[in-house]
Amino acid sequence: MLEIKNLHVGLEEEDKQILKGVNLTVETGKVHAIMGPNGSGKSTLSYVLSGKDGYEVTDGSAELQGVDVLDMEPEERAAAGLFLAFQYPVEIPGVGNMTFLRTAVNAQRKARGEEELSAAEFLKVVRAKAKSLKIDADMLKRPVNVGFSGGEKKRNEILQMAMLEPKMCILDETDSGLDVDAMKLVAEGVNALRDAGRSFLVITHYQRLLDHIKPDVVHIMADGKIVKTGGPELALEVENNGYADILAEVA
Amino acid sequence: MSAKLKNKGVVPSITVPDGGKWASEARQTAAALLAETGLPHRRDEYWKYTDPTTLTAPEATPAAIFESDEPLPFDGVDAVKIVFVDGVFDAAQSDALELDGVEIETLSDAAQKDIHWAGSVYGVLEGRGQYPVSRPLASYNTAMAEQGFVIRATGKAAKPISFIYLHESETSDAVIHHTIKLDEGADLTVLENGPAAARINAVMEVEVADTAAFHHVRAQGRDHERRTATHIFARLGTESSFKSFTLTVNGILTRNDAIIEFTGDNANATVAGACAGDGAFHHDDTVFITHDAVNCESRQVFKKVLRNGAVGVFQGKILVKADAQKTDGYQISQGLLLDENSTFQAKPELEIYADDVACSHGSTVGAIDDTALFYLTSRGIPHKEAQDMLTLAFLGEAIDEVEDEALADDLRALLEGWMARRHG
Repeated sequence: MLEIKNLHVGLEEEDKQILKGVNLTVETGKVHAIMGPNGSGKSTLSYVLSGKDGYEVTDGSAELQGVDVLDMEPEERAAAGLFLAFQYPVEIPGVGNMTFLRTAVNAQRKARGEEELSAAEFLKVVRAKAKSLKIDADMLKRPVNVGFSGGEKKRNEILQMAMLEPKMCILDETDSGLDVDAMKLVAEGVNALRDAGRSFLVITHYQRLLDHIKPDVVHIMADGKIVKTGGPELALEVENNGYADILAEVA
Repeated sequence: MSAKLKNKGVVPSITVPDGGKWASEARQTAAALLAETGLPHRRDEYWKYTDPTTLTAPEATPAAIFESDEPLPFDGVDAVKIVFVDGVFDAAQSDALELDGVEIETLSDAAQKDIHWAGSVYGVLEGRGQYPVSRPLASYNTAMAEQGFVIRATGKAAKPISFIYLHESETSDAVIHHTIKLDEGADLTVLENGPAAARINAVMEVEVADTAAFHHVRAQGRDHERRTATHIFARLGTESSFKSFTLTVNGILTRNDAIIEFTGDNANATVAGACAGDGAFHHDDTVFITHDAVNCESRQVFKKVLRNGAVGVFQGKILVKADAQKTDGYQISQGLLLDENSTFQAKPELEIYADDVACSHGSTVGAIDDTALFYLTSRGIPHKEAQDMLTLAFLGEAIDEVEDEALADDLRALLEGWMARRHG
């Protein structure tokens, strides 16, 4: 599904390398997790994959289903099936959540040459999906993320994911700022989307999210590289011993 | 006074139109003031950011007629429609001048009479608005206007009055003056749309008596080459309400002045505007609000989106006199620049002599929020569409000031249509 080879990325504005040769393959239908200490480049990887400005790819490639995404605009990547659940979902005053969702869904359908959803069809789908995420009518009506609590923002991200039905979902610290109940709700939303044709890349600091979203593969990232790859037990090792042991081991 | 004389502009040679006693007096008073101040020029403090040359020139600069097949703004609103062509009232295209609770008369008819209630408003509110800042274009208008309406609301109007200004001649030069009086408890909505002429000088005086409510919604359309100077003068009685909103899209030069005076306690006024300019576009909102009564609330909300070298100007003043305690004055002006060639200039002014007041003002200028733009595009919304969404959201905060939901929705739809056509 996603194949990243030797990816080198620096900041556009300053002379600083952040990713220093990332190699990573996420197979179709699998859930991969990336863990790592602060500043290891996890969030940068998610931004570069989804097309945020301000980064310069100096080497390497990233292919989604065999197509290089690094030259695409963010909206093209989205239409190709890539989705990033933001660590800090953005507040957009003046744009209604429902309008935003419908515009996004139909823009992607249009880009893929599919028929756009009518207002009535859309409403039916969004109501059902919002209900399972405990998102009420008021949250759908309000401006995007404005005045939402931390938990509501993350649930809203998962709702977008559910509506857009991407093939490759990247979750950037979706657990940050969530209490246990909110995390469970979000994890249930993600698990409901797990599918043989859909892959996930879950970025997190902590193992506890992975109790709820069970990964197939766990990677440890440090200083801009994947330094260790293993099964779910690797996450437990981090939880018990911290990153120091692993980093010492691979150094 | 000596300072004013030193800066005196060119005094045009004018002959005021003939009329009955009240009109002649008002016209001569205005002409005399104009002779004292002269026409505005770039050295005037309130014309520093907007060059009035084309507004004061003897002839209007010709303006090509803007061809468009889109429906007129407020077309679907059930209203008494009054049509002007190149600044001249066209009875044949207009509805009958009949509306329950409202008397509607042409200025030219009213001006023939020796005695008319209009004499207590026409040139009077405008005259009060000449100090401390002189407004020579309004003096000129009061002295010379023969077109316009004299409207008195005695109760709640059954529907709005909608002025439609059509532009058909490339060299038309329009002077329009509306005189509006709302009696105690009256309620009236006035809609305006259209470019009017190649050059327009428009004045609207509105006397809002105690507990009356006046609503004004205006759409200055996409006629690119027109030049417009408008003044609204309003005087507000006790517990009255005044709300004015203007949407402007394109137009080479627009100067909208609003001069509001609170004379009765517990009244409120809102002056708001949203504008979107592309290329040769200069748009100036100049507001002067005088609080001379207790516990009144004023709001100024102005938003401008500018691209390709467009210029936006905002000059907003709140004057709170010594006895105007418990005044609540709010002012916000914001410019959204879509490129580096565009300019937004803001001059907020507060002058407060009372000690128990709450006045706040804010002025910002910025670009589209990249983070928001990325968020929208990362969900698959194309860049241009995302930019339009954010632009509409920005202007929407000014449109929110329009009380009537249906009219506000009309304005949003109008703006969306104009945005969409820009890509066409």
